[in-house]
Amino acid sequence: MSRPVIRIEELTRIYTMGESEVRALDGVSIDVEPGEFVAIMGPSGSGKSTFMNIVGCLDRPTAGRYALDGVDVSGLDRDARAEIRNDKIGFVFQNFNLLSRTNALENVELPLLYSKKSKLTDAEARSRALSCLKRVGLEDRWDHTSAQLSGGQQQRVAIARSLVNDPAILLADEPTGNLDSRTSVEVMAIFQELNEEGKTIVLITHEHDISEHAKRVVTFRDGKILSDVPIEHRRHAGRPAGRKAS
Amino acid sequence: MTKTTNILKVAFRALGRNKLRSLLTALGIIIGVACVVATIGIGEGARLQAENNLRSLGTNFLMVFPGTMTSGGARMGMGTSSKLSEDDVEAIRREVGSVAYVSAAIRTAAQTIYGNQNWSTSIQGGEVDWPLIRSWNLSSGQFFTDADNKAASKVCVLGNTVATNLFGSEDPIGKTIRIKNIPFKVVGVLEPKGGSTMGQDQDDVIIAPYQTVRKKIMGTTAVGSILASAASNDMVPRAQEEITALLRQRHKISRGQDDDFMIRSQTEMLQQAEEQSRTMSALLWSIAGVSLLVGGIGIMNIMLVSVTERTREIGVRMAIGAKGSDIRAQFLVEAVVLAIAGGAIGIGVGIGIQKLVARFAGWPVSVEANAISLAFVFSALVGITFGFYPALKASQLDPIEALRYE
Repeated sequence: MSRPVIRIEELTRIYTMGESEVRALDGVSIDVEPGEFVAIMGPSGSGKSTFMNIVGCLDRPTAGRYALDGVDVSGLDRDARAEIRNDKIGFVFQNFNLLSRTNALENVELPLLYSKKSKLTDAEARSRALSCLKRVGLEDRWDHTSAQLSGGQQQRVAIARSLVNDPAILLADEPTGNLDSRTSVEVMAIFQELNEEGKTIVLITHEHDISEHAKRVVTFRDGKILSDVPIEHRRHAGRPAGRKAS
Repeated sequence: MTKTTNILKVAFRALGRNKLRSLLTALGIIIGVACVVATIGIGEGARLQAENNLRSLGTNFLMVFPGTMTSGGARMGMGTSSKLSEDDVEAIRREVGSVAYVSAAIRTAAQTIYGNQNWSTSIQGGEVDWPLIRSWNLSSGQFFTDADNKAASKVCVLGNTVATNLFGSEDPIGKTIRIKNIPFKVVGVLEPKGGSTMGQDQDDVIIAPYQTVRKKIMGTTAVGSILASAASNDMVPRAQEEITALLRQRHKISRGQDDDFMIRSQTEMLQQAEEQSRTMSALLWSIAGVSLLVGGIGIMNIMLVSVTERTREIGVRMAIGAKGSDIRAQFLVEAVVLAIAGGAIGIGVGIGIQKLVARFAGWPVSVEANAISLAFVFSALVGITFGFYPALKASQLDPIEALRYE
């Protein structure tokens, strides 16, 4: 497993807006090894969102190469990228993005529905989704709809959803942006646990406190990497006993 | 979970979330499909009814009416000439080999009285062949004889409705009723025959000897019409030709002049009835077409709204791996489910309308299996046609934009 999960070389993304061109990313190169926990930081307009869209295979680079889990994905078309997203990437969003009026279990099962690889039976899908809910401590809330869950609980359901296809990376875009500080710590604790179990995590945030839960911080400015340093004094967000904080 | 069942589940949930909106959207389809089902059912019912009725006139039935009279260049309309005579009837009986039975006929309306009951009905005069031509049997008693006719005897045969209204449960045979105050002896009662094409009760009738009705009740010399029956179904056109030739000769009509009589055959009347139901069908079909079109546009409209409302959901689904085709299928299925649900309700409503119309018109109800499958196919087609564009639009959304949509 010496091969990096993410290998990015000279990545450039140019947006054309009428006459003018905006270089949102300008020759970025970075490798992420398996088991890393990287925080991406930077002010708005620094290119971190563009970076995250490309890493998440939602967008394609204008130039440069991006290999995810050993596969070059920089030239893939829409459908192929959808397959890659389903198979190799687990998304966690700032505003949770759970389907409304759909219970937690069904939300977690959703990626399995679009999965090409695993043809699971209903029962298998259900037990897989339940075990993911168990990892975030919400197995007893499986039949609650999003409206019946608190923000922190919704984000934990979203994390369970991101895990269900056992992706190569977890991509978390401001996962604590809509949460209060106590709940944020709880969510970060889950990420740290998952990382300790071997998951590679890429976390986008603008909060220093949050980024300090990672192992490495990459800072963007003006479409370029400004700094790339390991965290020396890492925060540990150990979850309170009982694992069932709400 | 299989994709199909999940897509269906999500579609039903999405439609169930806005029940009133879904119902209103489906209304166009409901009306359209109800029209299709009712059209086919009513058309078929009317056709069957018309066929039954015309068959009830008697097999191979032919009717000769007095035709138009031309007076100083103005044609006066059917029945204005009273040129049919008893001799014409005799001539047809004697000379036209393709005709099996023939009878002079005449009709009027009169008040009839028995005991303290009275009943206004149609009085028809006919000859002995009359029941054979109309293929109409008696339920009791006997038909009058040729001697009765020649002697203008005051005897009569009652239609079922008249018998019930004048006599109730009493046996009318041998009793005397009064028609226009003239006493008539009842010799027989006809079997019930039911309603006619126009909704008239065919059993509301009294049959008396032709000569009796002509002389005693009406006091006229003219033959109202001539009823005849061709020897076989194939003989009908020949009988028609032969009667025409005979009557033209007898009435001394020269070549190029119009007939002063008209012959209608059962086949022609059948065609006429079919023509009418076709016109009716065309009308209902056009209503159905317009409402299906309007319904389809309604579906397209609401699906576009739904795509906009659920942009975020589409973004999420795409982010976690839904392809354009998955999203397209999702919205297409939703449109088709909406259309088919509308179609199902429409089929119910259509059958209801059909039963209602059938009851009022006294038609046999015929719920056609192919009408129902046609309605299903129509509504599914409308769903696919008008759901396609919104579904395509949804599938082409950019996941990044869609995720950001507020």
